Amino acid sequence: MTSPLLQVRDLRTYFATDRGEARAVDGISFDVREGETVALVGESGCGKSVTALSILRLLPEPPGRLLAGSSVQLRGEELTSAAESRLREVRGGEISMIFQEPMTSLNPVFTIGQQVSEAIREHEAMSTGAGERRGAAARRVAIEWLDRVGIPDPEDRYGYYPHQLSGGMRQRVMIAMALSTRPALLIADEPTTALDVTVQRQILELLASLQTELGTAVLLITHDLGVVAQVADRVMVMYAGQIVEEASAEALFRAPQHPYTEGLLQAVPDLEERRERLAEIPGNVPRATAWPTGCRFRPRCPYAWSRCRDVPDLRRSGPAEGSSARCWLTDEPERRSSGSGFGLRSPDGRREGVGES
Amino acid sequence: MIRYAVRRLLEAVPILIGIVTLIFLLLHLAPGDPATAYFNPNVSPEIIDRMRENLGLDRPLHEQYLRWLRSFFTGDFGYSFSQHRPVADVIRDALPNTLLLSAVSLVLIFVVGCSVGAVQAVRQYSALDNVTTFVSLFVYSMPGFWLGLMLILAFSSPAMPEFLRLPISGVTSVDYEFMGPIERMVDRVRHLVLPSFALGIASAAGVARYMRGSLLEVIGQDYIRTARAKGLSEWRVILKHALRNALIPIVSLLGLYLPLLFGGSVVIEVVFSWPGMGRALYNAILARDYPVVMAASFLFGVLVLGANLLADLSYAVIDPRIRTD
Ligand SMILES: Nc1ncnc2c1ncn2[C@@H]1O[C@H](COP(=O)(O)OP(=O)(O)OP(=O)(O)O)[C@@H](O)[C@H]1O
Ligand code: SF4
Ligand SMILES: [Mg+2]
Repeated sequence: MTSPLLQVRDLRTYFATDRGEARAVDGISFDVREGETVALVGESGCGKSVTALSILRLLPEPPGRLLAGSSVQLRGEELTSAAESRLREVRGGEISMIFQEPMTSLNPVFTIGQQVSEAIREHEAMSTGAGERRGAAARRVAIEWLDRVGIPDPEDRYGYYPHQLSGGMRQRVMIAMALSTRPALLIADEPTTALDVTVQRQILELLASLQTELGTAVLLITHDLGVVAQVADRVMVMYAGQIVEEASAEALFRAPQHPYTEGLLQAVPDLEERRERLAEIPGNVPRATAWPTGCRFRPRCPYAWSRCRDVPDLRRSGPAEGSSARCWLTDEPERRSSGSGFGLRSPDGRREGVGES
Repeated sequence: MIRYAVRRLLEAVPILIGIVTLIFLLLHLAPGDPATAYFNPNVSPEIIDRMRENLGLDRPLHEQYLRWLRSFFTGDFGYSFSQHRPVADVIRDALPNTLLLSAVSLVLIFVVGCSVGAVQAVRQYSALDNVTTFVSLFVYSMPGFWLGLMLILAFSSPAMPEFLRLPISGVTSVDYEFMGPIERMVDRVRHLVLPSFALGIASAAGVARYMRGSLLEVIGQDYIRTARAKGLSEWRVILKHALRNALIPIVSLLGLYLPLLFGGSVVIEVVFSWPGMGRALYNAILARDYPVVMAASFLFGVLVLGANLLADLSYAVIDPRIRTD
């Protein structure tokens, strides 16, 4: 079997903080195959961005550090031990990344054209025609890409500064910058979160169409299951620094295995109007310096029982092939029907079943 | 951009008139006048009165003001009582020296300040950062005149080895006339070292602090992460993407430090016997030489305004958000 495009094994990224060691990413393993779209979902603070930044080693070190035993392989090549020069080729070349905040992710003192063509030049992602200088060739390719991501009048917009463009346009520029080097993998960290709903949809459609055209694999990070339903092949649900459920998008929406996933899905009442959340999972993501012992979801889980004081591991679960969950319910599925699930309240207003029994 | 510059220039005109008026009023409100400098048991009051008449000091205040305003804007700064030559001549001799000293100090302030601050930021919390932070705080708290005197003591001391000796006064050596062109240049540069150092080093330390903070803040920005995610080398990230943004707030310091520089030059020029506007102003104040005091104050005002204009324009050059609005 050939190795997958990206193979992450037992990735652990810890941060030294005032409150002690924050185990932001704590033993994550997953694959991304060529051309597929994998979604990484979870609430704020569960470690999604740190996972993404760890892959490209873009974390501030210190305070961050990758623990020994962590492995990130790009087509079989280990990146955690790669030389800085090799990492620079990978960054923006084989793996590109776009970020959540289009308003602040572009440098305010350079034109958008300069910023796109800089990436193209850095990775030699152009061929110079007869008598054409490198700079001119990069400029030509940059303008092509600005056009491709739907920026009107790209020749003129090339000389615009970021503050002269709207958030949606800036995110298009980021996409042009990321894809112009024709990477094999695009990591998109909440690319639409900061945008309003109609622009979100346009950006997602743009990403999807470019992906089909270029065959780029996408690791899509989001906390929005509505977005996942629109574009993802496979979904990984992340909680408290770990993956708690992994399944095909179809299986996940049909039959979520982990109570956390169930809670997330109930928090999305209607995929069309996903902005209006009806229910939230009670409680907050705990701090990364003090994950709960046993199952990390236990304090918020409506099904929790005594066995949950032991740490569950990620194991095959549910009817679908390739589905797995990190929950003791996979051993004792009958408890699910006896439990109260989310959203039911006892007369005094407390949630039934929350906490240990 | 050009419209912006023209607008800023026009805005400066009323400020200039204000400066001129203020100087005039301040001088006339202060007790005494130039003639009192000649108070002396051997000089009769009649002679002093005649002197007042000759100098126009007996006219009503508004008349003196209008006369002085008119002559000022025609470039006629009058006649120096104490030096017995036209003020324009005094300025012509002194201004270039002050501009030279200020320009060299300014370059020192920004080049040294920005480089030290940048290195500190890139190597945050390293031994180098800590040592330079300590040194710059030390230098920052030193009064310029004291530092100047210490430098003079040190560099004129017999203990200083010959090859390290630097001239401690004037702009050129006594035997300047007999030097070849290269020697002359070297001589001028050597004379500049100590005064420009004494004048600029405290501000350089201040700029270094600002630069360190500014660059550290920029390095934490999202667009720096974007630049790294593109695969740029750390050098490119810092020198191209971070530095330019970090310089934006520093450029506005230019407008703040230039007036300080001109103010400091009065003291430093006196300490190092540097024949510039500062020393001319100092001597003129002691001699109550009104025309020179007024002309010098006016010129310092113009220089400060020019400095602010320069700061604003550099700001616009470096920050497109200002330029394109
Ligand atoms: N630079 C840092 N220093 C210290 N701790 C950090 C740092 N970056 C991240 N962390 C820790 O890692 C945890 C996970 O952060 P991360 O940014 O990955 O969350 P996320 O899932 O991307 O959330 P969001 O949806 O808000 O982007 C944070 O709660 C924080 O404790
Ligand atoms: S049932 Fe137990 S193991 Fe499963 S998520 Fe809830 S607390 Fe964790
Ligand atoms: Mg994030």
